[in-house]
Formats: sequence, C-alpha cells, structure tokens
Amino acid sequence: MQKENAGDAPSAPTTRVRHRKRNSDVGSGAGKANGSHLLVNDSKKYKSFLVRAYSTFWMIGGFALIVYLGHLYITAMVVVIQIFMARELFNLLRKTHEDKQLPGFRLLNWHFFFTAMLFVYGRILSQRLANTVTPDKVLYRLVTSLIKYHMAICYSLYISGFVWFILTLKKKMYKYQFGQYAWTHMILIVVFTQSSFTVANIFEGIFWFLLPASLIVINDIFAYICGFFFGRTPLIKLSPKKTWEGFIGASITTMISAFLLANLMGRFLWLTCPREDLSTGWLHCDPGPLFKQETHALPGWISDRFPWKEISILLVQWHALCLGLFASIIAPFGGFFASGFKRAFKVKDFGDSIPGHGGITDRMDCQMVMAVFAYIYHQSFVVPDILSADKLLDQIITSLTLEEQQALFVKLGQMLQEKFVGS
Amino acid sequence: MAMEKDLNPNSPRIRKLRENSYPNTPTSRMSNNNNQRDNHYQNIPNSPRDYNYTPSSPTARFRHRRRSNEIPAEVNRCNVSKVSNLLLGDKNKYKSMWIRTCSSLWMLGGVLFIIYMGHLYIWAMVVVIQIFMARELFFLLRRAHEERRLPGFRLLNWHFFFTAMLFVYGRILQQQLVNTVSTDRFIYKLVSGLIKYQMVICYFLYIAGFMWFILTLKTKMYKYQFGQYAWTHMILIVVFTQSSFTVANIFEGIFWFLLPAALIAMNDVAAYFFGFYFGKTPLIKLSPKKTWEGFIGASVATTISAFFFANILGQFQWLTCPRKDLSTGWLYCDPGPLFRPEYYPLPSWIVPFFPWKEISILPVQWHAFSLGLFASVIAPFGGFFASGFKRAFKIKDFGDSIPGHGGFTDRMDCQMVMAVFAYIYIQSFIVHQDYSVQTILDQISRSLGHEEQKMLYLKLGDILRPKLQGE
Repeated sequence: MQKENAGDAPSAPTTRVRHRKRNSDVGSGAGKANGSHLLVNDSKKYKSFLVRAYSTFWMIGGFALIVYLGHLYITAMVVVIQIFMARELFNLLRKTHEDKQLPGFRLLNWHFFFTAMLFVYGRILSQRLANTVTPDKVLYRLVTSLIKYHMAICYSLYISGFVWFILTLKKKMYKYQFGQYAWTHMILIVVFTQSSFTVANIFEGIFWFLLPASLIVINDIFAYICGFFFGRTPLIKLSPKKTWEGFIGASITTMISAFLLANLMGRFLWLTCPREDLSTGWLHCDPGPLFKQETHALPGWISDRFPWKEISILLVQWHALCLGLFASIIAPFGGFFASGFKRAFKVKDFGDSIPGHGGITDRMDCQMVMAVFAYIYHQSFVVPDILSADKLLDQIITSLTLEEQQALFVKLGQMLQEKFVGS
Repeated sequence: MAMEKDLNPNSPRIRKLRENSYPNTPTSRMSNNNNQRDNHYQNIPNSPRDYNYTPSSPTARFRHRRRSNEIPAEVNRCNVSKVSNLLLGDKNKYKSMWIRTCSSLWMLGGVLFIIYMGHLYIWAMVVVIQIFMARELFFLLRRAHEERRLPGFRLLNWHFFFTAMLFVYGRILQQQLVNTVSTDRFIYKLVSGLIKYQMVICYFLYIAGFMWFILTLKTKMYKYQFGQYAWTHMILIVVFTQSSFTVANIFEGIFWFLLPAALIAMNDVAAYFFGFYFGKTPLIKLSPKKTWEGFIGASVATTISAFFFANILGQFQWLTCPRKDLSTGWLYCDPGPLFRPEYYPLPSWIVPFFPWKEISILPVQWHAFSLGLFASVIAPFGGFFASGFKRAFKIKDFGDSIPGHGGFTDRMDCQMVMAVFAYIYIQSFIVHQDYSVQTILDQISRSLGHEEQKMLYLKLGDILRPKLQGE
C-alpha cells in the first residue's frame, strides 16, 4: 500500500494537482482517500480484499491461540501491542531535522512510557501480585511495601523526567520541544488508558475482554461486507469509504451476533472466571448469577415450526446487547477520529506493520474506545449486580490477613458510626 | 523614563542586547509606559508582532530586529539587568517591587480570610482559581489562531471542563458528600445513585464531547482542530490534577494545604529578596532574572522556616483536623500522633543562654523538612517550565489579572508542582492506609446499601470475635 510521508504536502496548486494525479495511478487503497470512489465501484477491490482477508485470518488465528493460553499471555500481548502503538505514534510527529539537534530526546519519551507502564499496571495488578506471592513471607513483605510506595516511586520517576526535560530545553527549539512534550503526554494517555482498562477487564474474566473485542471486529467485517455489496450513500466526509448501508447493516448484525456470541462464550469457565492472581493454571469457580442459564419457553407459533420447545438465555446476553449497541454506533467514531487525525497530519497510515491494514494503531482505533466503555460498563452495571454482602464477606475472609480484617472491621465501624451520627 | 534615552539603536551595547533578546515579542510599539500588562493581547494582523511571522530573507530579518528595538522599559530592563548585575543594578526595581508587594499583601490577606472561613470556602476558592486559570489558558490558545471560523469551539472547551470537574470532584469528595446528606432519605438515595453511576455519567459526557468534536471537523481546518483538542486536554489535565490534589489535601486537614502553599510563597519571596541584595550569577537561561545566590539562600531559608512554621501551624485544631463531611462548623478531633508535641531537653551548653529548659517538637516538623526541601529545590522547575512555555509560544504573561504578577497561572505554576507532591507525600508517608483494605471499603460503600453494610459489619464481627478470643 502506498504511504505518504508526513512532510510530503505540496504547497503550490500545480504541484498539488500533479500529486493527486500520481495518486490515481496507485493501488486502490490510495485512490479512495481522494473522495469519490466507493468500494462498490472499484475494480481492484477484489485484490485488496484478498490481501486484507489473508492478514485478518492470521490475526484472528494468532489471537485465538493466545486466548487459549491464558490471562497472563493476553496481558503480554496487550503490552506488546501497546509498545508498537506507542512507537508508531512517537515516530509520527518527529521531525528528523530538529531531532538531530536534540540528542536524548527520544529517550525521554521512553522514560515517560516506562513510568506510565509502572504506574498503570502497578495499580491494576497490585492486588493480584500480592495474592501470587502470599506463600513466601519475604517476597510478600517486599511486594506490599512496593505497593504502598508505588505512587511515590512513579511520581519521582515522572518528576525526574520533568526536570530532565526542562534542563535540556534548547534555545530556538522551545516550541518544538514543548509540542513534543505535549504530544508524548497525549499519546501515553491514549495508549495507556485503553490498555490498562483492557487488562483490568481481562482479569475480571476473559469474557469481558473477548466479547467487546470480537464485537468491534465483527462490526468492521460486516461494515466492509455490507459496503462491498450494497454501499451507495457516503456516511461522513472524514472516511469516504464508509457508507450508510454498511453502517446500518453492520449495526444490526453486530447486535444480533452480540446476543448469540455471549451465549456461546458464557458456557466456558475459562472465559467467565475472574483470575485472582498471576498464575497460568486452569480455573475453577462459581461463575455467578450472570452466567446461569435461564430457560424461557418459546411462544406457541415458533415452537410449532421448530424442534426446540424452549431456549436458554444467559442473563449476560442482555448486557451483551448494550455492548453491541455501543460497538456499532459509537465505537466507529474512534475510527473517524483516527481518519481525521491522519488527514490533519497528512499521513496515510500510522505504520505499515500489517499488510493490507496499515499499522497497529489503525487496527486498534475502535478497540480503544470500546475497551474504555467495556471497563466502565462492567464496573458500573455488572459488578454491583454480582456483588452482595455475602460475596464481599467471602472476599474479606479469603484475601485479607487477620490484621487487615481487624483494621477493616474498625474502619467499617467508624464509617457506619459517622453515618449514624449524621442521620 | 530614564532608560529610554539610552536606546540609540546603533550603540554597541544595544546591538548586543538586541542579539540577546528574542524577536517577535508581542509587545506594543508604545515604549513609554510602565504598565507592562495591557499590551499583551494586541495583535496587529500581518505585522511582525504576529505570532506566526518569521522573516525569511536576511534584510527582512535585519529590519525586523531594528523594529523590535522599540520595546518598553520593562522588557529592556530585563535584558539590561542580565548584562549588568541583574536586579542589583536596576533603578526602577523599587517601583516594581512596591507594586508586587501591594498585590502580594492583598492576596495574602484574602487567603488568610478564606482559611479562617473553612474547608468549604477554601474549596470554593480553589475552584474559582481553577476557572480563571483555565480561562486564561483557553484564551491563550485561541489568541494564536483563527478561531472565528469555528463557532462553538469555546463551548466544547467548557463542556470538557465541566466534565472534568464532575469527574474529579466526584471521586475526591465522594465520602464527604455521602456523609453530609445522611440526614434526608430522598437526597441520600439521589446522591448515592449519582455516586454509584458517577463514572458512567462522566464517561458519557466525555463521549458526547468527543462525538461533537468529530462531527464538527471542517475540511482544511483538521490540523488546527486536532491541535486545539490536544491542548484542551493538556490544559485540563494540568489544571485539574493539581486542584484535585489540593482539595484532597484540604479535606485531610487545612495544615496540609496551607503549609506547602506557604512554603512556595516563602521560597518565592526569599528568592526575590536574596536576589535583590546578593544576586550575581544567573541560574538558568530560561529565567534570566533568577540567580544562584537567590536560589540557595531561599532554599536554606525555606527549609528552616518550614520547620518552625509547621510548629506554629500544628497547634491549631482548626488546621490539623480532617473534615469528614461538607459542613462548615467548628472542628473537634484527636489530631493524631503527628501533632502531639514531644519534649526534648536542650543540651546543657544552650541552657544558660535561654530561659527554656526543653523544646517541644511536633513529629510533623520532620515531615515539614522534606516538604521545604522539595519546595525550594524542585518546585521552582514548575516556574522554569512556565517560563519556557511562555518563551516557546512568545507570550509575556499568561494573563493580567493580578497587577505586578501577571495572571493566575503565573502565580500558580510552582504551586501546582507542590500540590501534587504534597498529596503523594501525604498518601505515601503520612496517612497509613492499606491499599487492599481501602479497595474493599470502597467496594462496600459503593455497592452495598446502608442496611447491607450494617449486616456485613455484624457478620464480620461474629467471625472475628472467636479468632480474637482464641489468641
């Protein structure tokens, strides 16, 4: 696929025309960017379709393998994806000319990356890390003290990066350096918010990671297919290849498949059980009220035609409908954002790691929006449903030491006391 | 003004200054006023004062430099001071010091009054300062570009501001809010419902802003709009991180807000006076007015005064007690082991000189040492950052709300770094909280109703009692 460089923007009108004409000779991908060609009308679409399908199958295959391997490996995969994304995005806005005069500036980016990684994963995985090393007294003490001073450690790392940045400010390059500093922060925030929420979802149960991710993929694929066959009305100026037919067709398909896919995935304990520590073994647990099958009798007019008398529905399938709705309607805005961004900075793709798809950020743009939503949805609507006083009591007994339980008891008493006094 | 007569463009000294000073200062052509603030926003279109204007040919650059010669006394004074012994050699410094002192005293008086009023009013003050800072920074952002073709962009900025405010204060004041409204059944349900779904509400507000942004992208303005979006996020992050941590500190005890803020102010004032009297060696290229003598003198002064100031402040319960709800009444509490004085007998060689036989030290004074050290060594980097930022984007001050000092952001730049440090220091070294216990407590308060919490409490008591008796 052709890729324009960031600096490749011709200024005079004649060069622009020449530039556009060059584009139309190029493969089907680049031609789309300039406006009037929809996928339906393009003769070279079958070839690009094959390339995309091929790499899609490989990605799905690799992904399925990792899901089979377990939580820790999925986390590792997320971390690797994150590193590649950050690298693509850091490289996007670098100007090689200025960079030569600023040795060590790239190192600063990676310093902030490392600090962010420590901070984010420390917060999310601290409890599970502590649970993993509970048998070993020394390690446990070390880990709990690290957890206690975790914020202070990350803050000192950040401040040292900040001081380093200020001390390396060079005259006449202030604007470039401040711009890079701001972009580094934005990139890290974007990359780490979504990956941290993804990892939090994973440890709540692979289901809560796999379902949203698959819904996005399904939405993408069906939008492509529906656009391929039926697409006529352009959807938005930002992404000229997208059509209303593709959008609506994909929405309906995504919601239906969300409903069915949740049923399919909810039967496997491997996917539905939360992981309380960092082990890699098999999981056994009581999946909770959400994954219990409820059988509803089918209405008379259907049961006459079909051999099934009743269908079993997991409660979680209704939650899956909401996830499907979000995935088809709002998550594509992540894709529009990425397209607009590329348009603004005159980049064709974020990178070229994946043939037919562009870089990793191109694949992850909608996933990012979905991961954040899935986490927030899970924390707000799923967890309160399944948490009850008994479950919390179990958690307290099993995961806290005796002193901690006593401390909790005392604090809970104080909390209730204050409420009593107030009321 | 006396200095103006020396502005012969061809004298070697002024030519050297011109080379040292940065071109494109958006200062006006009026060079005879002492008010260095009100020309901040004058932006004559297509003139060399324009933000984006960089002359390309050598003759244009030369002409450009000659034009930037007509700078007002204040900026020129800056450069002259750099050449000849900084603040020490400046005749007009007394007048500017008088203005600064006046406004400093007013600010100090105002802050003291608000502290007397209490936690809630301090919180309100922080919010007001925050709104002003955000407004200054948003305004700066706009000034540089053509935003008239994008209606509704300002509204988007304030939408994100409101979302951030809801998110941040909702998280920090969750417990306090719940404790305040325990009295009324209906409001309690409303508030606890809001708290339970706080993240969802804020997330949907944010997503609404995000979608609004995407739907209002205009061709040929993409780059500008994305840049604005990114800067809006950066501004909100900078403003809200420090103000949220400040508010968290306030409700931990006004002491933890007052001491760091006072240390920064003290460091500033001490650096100014030490530089005034002893300043010779420039400290850093970014801020030409700062000197090593001022820096070191202020460090020593700040650390020592931190020690004594903590003692003074630690004796008032109004300052040391945490506030558990949003009321405004008087506070009574057991201040905790940090604020109980410990008595050390003075060594015998001091005793004949002073009437005291022993000195009382609050344990918190040792913590104050670390705070003072940070305030004098690292917090000034916040000021350097702001100077570099202004230098990079060629602005003189962030705003002009405070006479003699610039805008709110100019005053708050070091405070921001300090507030974050103070919060993290307190959470790590002072408040002994257990992370796992805290998370479960959070879950309990968030997911369970009042009755269920009582039930849990009783059951836990039943389970723990035999274990305790068994030991």
